[in-house]
Amino acid sequence: MPLLDRIKSSQQARPLPGVLLRLLMRLHIDIPLLLGLLLLMAFGLFILFSASNQSFALVSKQISNLIIALIAMFIFAQIPPRKFKTWAPWIFGATLTLLFAVLVIGAISKGAQRWLNLGLIRFQPSEIMKLAVPILLAWYLGDKQLPPSLKEIGVCLIIIAIPAVMIAKQPDLGTALIITISGIIVLLLAGIRWKLFASFFVLMALSLPILWHLMHSYQRNRVLTFLNPERDPLGSGYHIIQSKIAIGSGGFFGKGWLNGTQSHLHFLPEHATDFIFAVCGEELGLIGCTALLVVLIYIVGRGLYISNHAQDTFTRLLSGSLILTFFVSFFVNIGMVIGILPVVGLPLPLVSYGGTSMVTLLAGFGIIMSIHTHRKLLTS
Amino acid sequence: MPKRLTIKNPQQEKRLYLRRLIVASLAIFVLTIILLTRLIYLQLIKNDQYVTLSQQNQLELLPIEPNRGLIYDRNGTLVAENIPVFSLDIIPDHAKNIPETIKKLRKIINIDPNDIQQFYKLLKQHRKFEPVPLKIKLSEQEVAKFYIDQYRFPGVIVNARMIRKYPLGEDLASVVGYVGRIDPIDLQNVDSANYSASNFIGKTGIEKYYENLLHGQVGYQQVEVDAGGHIVRTVNKIPPTPGNNLHLTIDSKLQAVANKALGKERGAVVAIQPKTGEILALVSNPSFDPNLFVKGISSKDYSKLQGSPDKPLYNRTIRGQYPLASTIKPFIALQGLDSNTVTPDYTIWDPGWFQLPNSQHVYRDWKRGGHGYTNITKAIIVSCDTYFYNLAIALGIQKIDDILERFGFGSKTGVDMPNELSGLVPTPAWKARYQGNSWFKGDTVISGIGQGYMLTTPIQLAVATATLANRGTRYKPFIVKTTATPGGQVAHTKPLQLDPVMLQHKKNWNIIINAMQGVVKSTDPWGTGRLSFGNNHAYSVAAKTGTAQVRGQTERDENEVGQSNIPKRLRDNSLFIAFAPVHHPKIAIAVVVEHSHIAGIVARKVLDYYLLTEKKHHAATGPHKIVATS
Repeated sequence: MPLLDRIKSSQQARPLPGVLLRLLMRLHIDIPLLLGLLLLMAFGLFILFSASNQSFALVSKQISNLIIALIAMFIFAQIPPRKFKTWAPWIFGATLTLLFAVLVIGAISKGAQRWLNLGLIRFQPSEIMKLAVPILLAWYLGDKQLPPSLKEIGVCLIIIAIPAVMIAKQPDLGTALIITISGIIVLLLAGIRWKLFASFFVLMALSLPILWHLMHSYQRNRVLTFLNPERDPLGSGYHIIQSKIAIGSGGFFGKGWLNGTQSHLHFLPEHATDFIFAVCGEELGLIGCTALLVVLIYIVGRGLYISNHAQDTFTRLLSGSLILTFFVSFFVNIGMVIGILPVVGLPLPLVSYGGTSMVTLLAGFGIIMSIHTHRKLLTS
Repeated sequence: MPKRLTIKNPQQEKRLYLRRLIVASLAIFVLTIILLTRLIYLQLIKNDQYVTLSQQNQLELLPIEPNRGLIYDRNGTLVAENIPVFSLDIIPDHAKNIPETIKKLRKIINIDPNDIQQFYKLLKQHRKFEPVPLKIKLSEQEVAKFYIDQYRFPGVIVNARMIRKYPLGEDLASVVGYVGRIDPIDLQNVDSANYSASNFIGKTGIEKYYENLLHGQVGYQQVEVDAGGHIVRTVNKIPPTPGNNLHLTIDSKLQAVANKALGKERGAVVAIQPKTGEILALVSNPSFDPNLFVKGISSKDYSKLQGSPDKPLYNRTIRGQYPLASTIKPFIALQGLDSNTVTPDYTIWDPGWFQLPNSQHVYRDWKRGGHGYTNITKAIIVSCDTYFYNLAIALGIQKIDDILERFGFGSKTGVDMPNELSGLVPTPAWKARYQGNSWFKGDTVISGIGQGYMLTTPIQLAVATATLANRGTRYKPFIVKTTATPGGQVAHTKPLQLDPVMLQHKKNWNIIINAMQGVVKSTDPWGTGRLSFGNNHAYSVAAKTGTAQVRGQTERDENEVGQSNIPKRLRDNSLFIAFAPVHHPKIAIAVVVEHSHIAGIVARKVLDYYLLTEKKHHAATGPHKIVATS
């Protein structure tokens, strides 16, 4: 990354001017990453204002969500990485218990159950799993000789599979998928052999019919509709058709901010949440979409840079998994909205309206920052 | 598998990790390129297609109903207009449960089951965000009642609509007809796109015949709608073009006079201006209130009209087919003279009956004891049956049919009204085909007095009378005199001359017309029209009476006894044809009254009004000017 190196070197070359920036450094905040995230959030609020039909109420709600998430990030950034390493089994164990509790309550209420209501706070344990799984895997592999042995890989797969299956049962296929991906990313970064990885994929392909059999009918419908949206133009295919119309009709420059007809006339469903990228495509056109992708690449690039400079295997694997999972979430959401992936019900990170996922996401970025700012700076 | 080292090698792991990160970066690069490629495909390559789809999503074309053209009579009196009314409409998209809503509505507003049936039919033709009328005409009380409870009826609105009104009601129902709600069968005969906003279509009369002129051209507004179909704003508007205004040849006052003269009797009056073919009056009695049909006639009212023995919905003027009876005599007499079958002086002795050679059957004259010595003039004045039995046999059925057809009997007059019937001039071929019987001489005999198979419609009889008045010049009868476009272009209907009735000797016209004058002349004590029509008229008149039996031929003998003690439905029909003034005829009239003798009385009232009362009135007010604007 020559560009990022240059940014880094320019920072080193000139002492940081502002008191605020010094303060942020002291507070274990990585400024380039924070700037990238703030840029993405601002972009998100800008689109959300239009997507919500200029609802100040919704935007201020989102701002307060973001502030809570930023606070979480700040708190996580203060925690030294070795603490995460120490706590890893406990975090995972506690989250698994909560997940189990959710399943039991879900079985009682005979419906989809993702939330746990703890009096004041309602939250989804599955969200915490997004952090718990990579932490546990990084902890497990952190002290092992890499690349991992077959047995170690087997243990990892079990660690991934237990929460993934439980979350898929809720049913929340999107989150289960993201957790599985974050785990597999840890394995890949840990140096698992490509041949092994390929054979794993073949195994996956072979198990597809079994997976199909286990899927809920609405999940099967989503897959079928993804393969052919016109199969059900008013039902599940409606989302994809309308979002493709929104994006396609945006053209190069877009219809202009606040001028999207697909979203404002409600043809585009869930335009403030999962399908918010379509609003961006409609109103800001190819230029806006490309700008969003540039910001994404900047954040991911910075994250990879940090990961590469991490000082031990645990922090490397953890930061790498978190930042790559962030990219995958982004990719899956956009891919779904532009019709190259099935509709899995994942929000666009930091842009879609919604609270819980944002808090976990920024907590993850807090961990990344912590990893970068708690380095023991050695002079080589 | 290489032998594993038990000691961690940080440098090697770091290198391995960097390699993996490079692979990950490459993957990110490739995936981002995939996203960008897809975006370029959707937003640049397929942009046009998606722009169109997005516009199709958001823009709807809503039709706007044009105002129907107005109808005036010849004096400029409005006979069909549009008035605003409040209708109860349901917007299907906003009403949650339509059957439930209607059920609840019926508790506060009286809604006819027919209206509901109609509503469900219309519901299928409308889009879900368009208001569909449930009840067309709400009274002020009903509107007030509804507004009190409106909060209980989401999706139900009171809409102002234009509906047709016929201010003269019954008087012009037989001419103007009425409009009613469009049904799917109506839509098959018109450009359905042009009717996409319309609720009414001409069902009978002028309203039906001139539907395409009266309706106008639908307008459109392009509106932006949201996914729920709600209108957000109007983008573009093409206003509708109103229909043409029509001015009729009908004199609504004369029409009212004729209506009133018929009273409760069933019958028809057709009055024509002989010099043009303009129809002055076209009365079928009893009539009905056409306004009932506009707002959707209730099933009770409809079955009352349908079931009435008076058949008020049946337009007797163009669809009633009656035997001509003695009104046939002037036409046959004309043929007798012009074909040289008889001379004006040819005289017979009428003993009161007629017999064919080699036949026992006796054909009686209406007058017991007969008319004595009778020539052609007297035969018309006294309506001598025996003379015409003789003449019919002398002429033969071919020559009889020939003159009748030349006067237009047996074929439609082509008047601008829908569903006219053609009457019947029977020929031996017709009888063989439809009766399965050969033509007997007896059939010819009774044809001479207008009995038998022969049938005429009142309008045919009036046109034939006008032809007599014109001494052969024939005009196609018409009702719409001018049409005026909304732009102010006025088109006049030109009188259309038909093949005239040409005689070899023009003086034969005078002989017949003179005889017809005798029918109602004070100097002629035997004129059959004297009693009913009267002889003290202030203008010259040529006329002929007719009495058509409803019962069979053999019962004819008793007829003269008087009809007051026989059941009404068995009494004779009376007919009367006349034109006046004789030398410059302004009006020709045919009257048919079922089961009653008052035809002559009716004719007199109509002629008196037209030639005496209204003339004075016109002189006072001056001629009427046509107003072209709507």
